[in-house]
Amino acid sequence: MTAPPLLQVRDLTATFTRGSSATRVVQGISFDIAPGEAVGFVGESGCGKSVTARAIMRLAPEGTPLTVGGSIRYRGQELTDLPEPAMRDIRGRRIAMVFQDPMSSLNPVMTIGAQIDDMLRRHGGLSRQAARRRTIELLGLVGIRDPALRADDHPHQFSGGMRQRVLIAIAVSCQPDLLIADEPTTALDVTVQAQILRLLLRLRRELGMALMLITHDFGVIAGMVERVHVMREGNIVETGATDTIFTAPTHPYTSALLAAVPRLSERGTA
Amino acid sequence: MKPQLLQVRDLCVTFPSRLGRPPVHAVMDVSFDMLPGETLGLVGESGSGKTTTGRAILQLQPSSAGTVSLLGHSITALGGGALRAMRRHMQLVQQNPYSSLHPRMTVARILAEPLTVHRSVPRTQIPERVAELMNLVGMDPAEVSRYPHEFSGGQRQRIVIARALAVNPNLVICDEPVSALDVRTQAQIVDLLHSLQAKLGLSYLFIAHDLAVVRAVAHRVAVMYGGRIVELGAAAQIYRNPAHPYTRALLDAVPQPDPARQRAKLAEAAPETNFSVPSSATCAFGTDHAATGTAQWHEVAPDHFVSCHFWPHGSGCQR
Ligand SMILES: Nc1ncnc2c1ncn2[C@@H]1O[C@H](COP(=O)(O)OP(=O)(O)OP(=O)(O)O)[C@@H](O)[C@H]1O
Ligand SMILES: Nc1ncnc2c1ncn2[C@@H]1O[C@H](COP(=O)(O)OP(=O)(O)OP(=O)(O)O)[C@@H](O)[C@H]1O
Ligand SMILES: [Mg+2]
Ligand SMILES: [Mg+2]
Repeated sequence: MTAPPLLQVRDLTATFTRGSSATRVVQGISFDIAPGEAVGFVGESGCGKSVTARAIMRLAPEGTPLTVGGSIRYRGQELTDLPEPAMRDIRGRRIAMVFQDPMSSLNPVMTIGAQIDDMLRRHGGLSRQAARRRTIELLGLVGIRDPALRADDHPHQFSGGMRQRVLIAIAVSCQPDLLIADEPTTALDVTVQAQILRLLLRLRRELGMALMLITHDFGVIAGMVERVHVMREGNIVETGATDTIFTAPTHPYTSALLAAVPRLSERGTA
Repeated sequence: MKPQLLQVRDLCVTFPSRLGRPPVHAVMDVSFDMLPGETLGLVGESGSGKTTTGRAILQLQPSSAGTVSLLGHSITALGGGALRAMRRHMQLVQQNPYSSLHPRMTVARILAEPLTVHRSVPRTQIPERVAELMNLVGMDPAEVSRYPHEFSGGQRQRIVIARALAVNPNLVICDEPVSALDVRTQAQIVDLLHSLQAKLGLSYLFIAHDLAVVRAVAHRVAVMYGGRIVELGAAAQIYRNPAHPYTRALLDAVPQPDPARQRAKLAEAAPETNFSVPSSATCAFGTDHAATGTAQWHEVAPDHFVSCHFWPHGSGCQR
């Protein structure tokens, strides 16, 4: 059963420094992601989910001195001290990320289509025409209507949820081994959300893509991942198979989170 | 009869064509009313025109047709000082508590700004009003000298709400106010919105994707699809007896915190959607509304209306 993990994280710490004060926001967490596996991360706002994801990608939020400690291995290769050019090769092509804030990760002065083309040409080595064809296909896959026309729009001409879907299209464009998705469907209505979730499941099935899914939506987590890590104040306080976490959580914090999930009381099915 | 707070009639917003491409009809013939103290939930497909509707009501986005009246005054034709005076009565709370607060301004300055702009209190009383606003949203007034990044997402959203309330508005348009927040923080913000409504008689136009949250706050619900409102009615009615096929699809797609059920649901064949053909006039059920015209409005029940060619026979087609 022991296939070597795709990603192995050991004693990961993350510390922000401001002036002379340092705040440690990730307190030494360890976890593995096997090839093709889907793992969920849940926990309250500020518990360190996004910082963990950014530490793996080595993309600190702009203008903040973030110090990362511990070890992050991708297919056995240590990422924490990998030279930046080698890291750039891994980013996007091997490990891709959907960031939590769509607007800040899109270039406001480039058309949507050009941003996806760019990724495909840089990492996928596609020709200009082939890239555009694939771009339109990807936009259609994430549910953008009239993708051939809308590819020429700029980000401000897209709705919030459309921008979020563009990020997903960019992230999956190069068929990464591991997709880190940080709240990838918060701006979507539930019908489009279901379409995106099915797309992610299909990519897992067809390409064996692994998924690190960060979300506060327990309904989304429920159908998407095999294992869940519950984070609190920079620590992983509980890890378990998805079914166990939902039916028999052991940590009171997990129970408290589950109890706060707003429910749509049952509708009778006609 | 209570006086109307807001009256929206046949509102249209069209983004003009560029480079010879067709214009985007983002909002088409949207009409609804709101009473003082009422919450109207606005839900619908991503890209269906919810944010644009909100912005057009606030006059942040020019409308191409239709009227908006606030407190009995038409505001669609106003400009300059007259518009500024009416704007005081309506405020916006946006989705992202991370980017909607200026990172280099203290909370005290953030909250004082609208007070100065609208000259709503004398300069000397500003600190007092700022402290009052902090108390109103359940925060410690002693924290006003801190910067936004020093607060959690939920606290920042409280500050955004406090800023919106600074000038005593009648109507607050909330565009996805809780979708960036975790479930516990969501519940706190929903409680806060309820208590502010009870205390101040506020009305909310509450734009959101989370149908459980909408159910918790809205008295009435409007469902948008492809730029139009397709169903409008009392919240209890819409949730118990959805009439439009899109509303039904929406309620059926709500993810359940139940792994076995949720996996089974995602494994079902997805309804086939072909997005590669121009489709802005085609509804999900294949009807070309550009060719056949807009669907009739039908009264399903008292205070419950649907606009659909397939009503009442469409009721069975989704299952
Ligand atoms: N740029 C920054 N400078 C200083 N502290 C930061 C910065 N970004 C994040 N933090 C802090 O790091 C901690 C973890 O933040 P993180 O963004 O990882 O939380 P999260 O779990 O992703 O929360 P959310 O659910 O709200 O997205 C928080 O206490 C936050 O205030
Ligand atoms: N400035 C603009 N120029 C051109 N088109 C625009 C502009 N702003 C919005 N649109 C288009 O108008 C339509 C409605 O957008 P809107 O932002 O109102 O949707 P929404 O219902 O709020 O969606 P979401 O739930 O994803 O936020 C979309 O097709 C969008 O691309
Ligand atoms: Mg985060
Ligand atoms: Mg919107």
